[in-house]
Amino acid sequence: MNGKRKFYTFFMRGLMYVCSLTTAALLIFMLCYITVKGAPNVSWKFLTTKPSYLKGNIGILPDIMNTVYIVLATLLIVLPLGVGAAIYLTEYAKSKKTVAVIEYAAEALSGIPSIIYGLVGMLLFSANFGTCLLAGALTLVIMNLPTVMRTTQESLKTVPQSYREGAFGLGAGKWRVIRTVVMPGCIDGVITGCILSVGRILGESAALLFTAGFAHALNGILSGLTSSGATLTVALYVYAKEEGEFGVAFAIAFILMIMTLIINMSASLVGKYFAKRRRV
Amino acid sequence: MKKKRLFESAVQGIFLLLGLITVGCVLIISVYLIVSGIPAIKEIGLFDFLFGREWQSTSSNPKFGILPFILTSVYGTAGAIVIGVPIGFFTAVYLSKLAGKRIRAAIETAVNLLAGIPSVVYGLVGMLVLVPGIRSLFNIPDGASLLAAIIVLAVMILPSIIKVSVTALDSVPKEYEDASLALGATPVETYFKISVPAAKSGIAASVVLGVGRAIGEAMAVMMVAGNVANMPSIFQSVRFLTTAVASEMAYSSPGSLQRNALFSIALVLFLFIMLINAALNFFLKREKGK
Repeated sequence: MNGKRKFYTFFMRGLMYVCSLTTAALLIFMLCYITVKGAPNVSWKFLTTKPSYLKGNIGILPDIMNTVYIVLATLLIVLPLGVGAAIYLTEYAKSKKTVAVIEYAAEALSGIPSIIYGLVGMLLFSANFGTCLLAGALTLVIMNLPTVMRTTQESLKTVPQSYREGAFGLGAGKWRVIRTVVMPGCIDGVITGCILSVGRILGESAALLFTAGFAHALNGILSGLTSSGATLTVALYVYAKEEGEFGVAFAIAFILMIMTLIINMSASLVGKYFAKRRRV
Repeated sequence: MKKKRLFESAVQGIFLLLGLITVGCVLIISVYLIVSGIPAIKEIGLFDFLFGREWQSTSSNPKFGILPFILTSVYGTAGAIVIGVPIGFFTAVYLSKLAGKRIRAAIETAVNLLAGIPSVVYGLVGMLVLVPGIRSLFNIPDGASLLAAIIVLAVMILPSIIKVSVTALDSVPKEYEDASLALGATPVETYFKISVPAAKSGIAASVVLGVGRAIGEAMAVMMVAGNVANMPSIFQSVRFLTTAVASEMAYSSPGSLQRNALFSIALVLFLFIMLINAALNFFLKREKGK
């Protein structure tokens, strides 16, 4: 092997190591920095009280509850829509053009940045219902529609064609086949879609700032949905940027990181569980 | 029997409706942005709006030129790509071809975690680490600058570049590599001269995806870029298209020219994104078509 080739091999191998080490160092730095700065500030009182200027207390219970409400409301609306769209695409749609148009629209939706969703949500929902969690949830429904649709579609494709043919052969109507044969088969896609959507909702801030607002009031679910409220991520932004409470911001960041970890792990566990069941 | 057929077609109709909701959403978003974005452009004039170098929305003689925002978004995205893509690319080749099973699993878990961390968290870390760091390193009065935004964006696009590129590199047929090795090429030569060209549409798609993420990011950039409407320069506080919308939306009054101009900025951003989407589709189709 001549010198030039030797050098090329050496150089490219070196670049690979340097870049991978940079990535790894970056990952470790982010994880450690957030943990070190955030974990000491998390306490039981921090998680279970609401902020009060009189007592000089900062607690994030309202933000946690708001996050839960918005996740529930969004999933409740997006699941039927997304699953229905996926079923239409895989079971009903006959013309290739319709499928292409719908899939193109879904791709376009998933590429639109969240600040634009925030603007449109503000014009479309907040203008009608006021700045409230419900307006935020409806905005998130549009954002998460492609995700739920895609994961459901993927799992519907794995339902064997012979199952459907068998059911049709026994004289079942189309709707009955879908209800009893197809839908049970797409449960893993629906669960994966849910998990991914929760992850996206947790991380969302730009789309919620103008639609759901940033109040820290503690509400029940019904009054919560119709009043303005900050989710954890929005609260992080407000505490860091507007109020300069970096300890609180890092505590929330730490909590969000742990939740992301849980979400990623459950997504891969669900995937593995259903892959195993399918093989048996 | 007739009743049953009626029922079936009703069900089909409902599912068709559900299927068309996505299309409806895209149409509604486009129509809303166009309808609310056009009036201000008309009032200001398309040329003055796009190429005006000054943005003074609240002065008594307001100026609405968004060239600084457009250039900042373009430079910021380009900078993030220049830093993020090489690092992500070489990491992806390492992970896909060279790394042992355990190292690969560990790094992939961490990359997935990084992909899921909310953008405000990146903004927060950037605000407390990068901004003071840049200030003391380059000895400038304020570290909140285009440079800080570029670095934060580069870190943020890293996970998507690594993930998409690894998938593309993994799907290169083993026979290609075996043939190259049998002809006497070293493994490293094989990876870069055979595997990478074979996966090039996938890698290109990852870059376009990164561009899309970088140009659309608002909150993280808002926290580190300083947010002053300057013409872009690496150590100066700048404002992106996204942050221009986000920072003034809260206090502009509905119906005013200021708010309408913000909608026009959103329209410009939307057009950029649509262009990027078209490019992404092109590369993904080519990757699939192989």
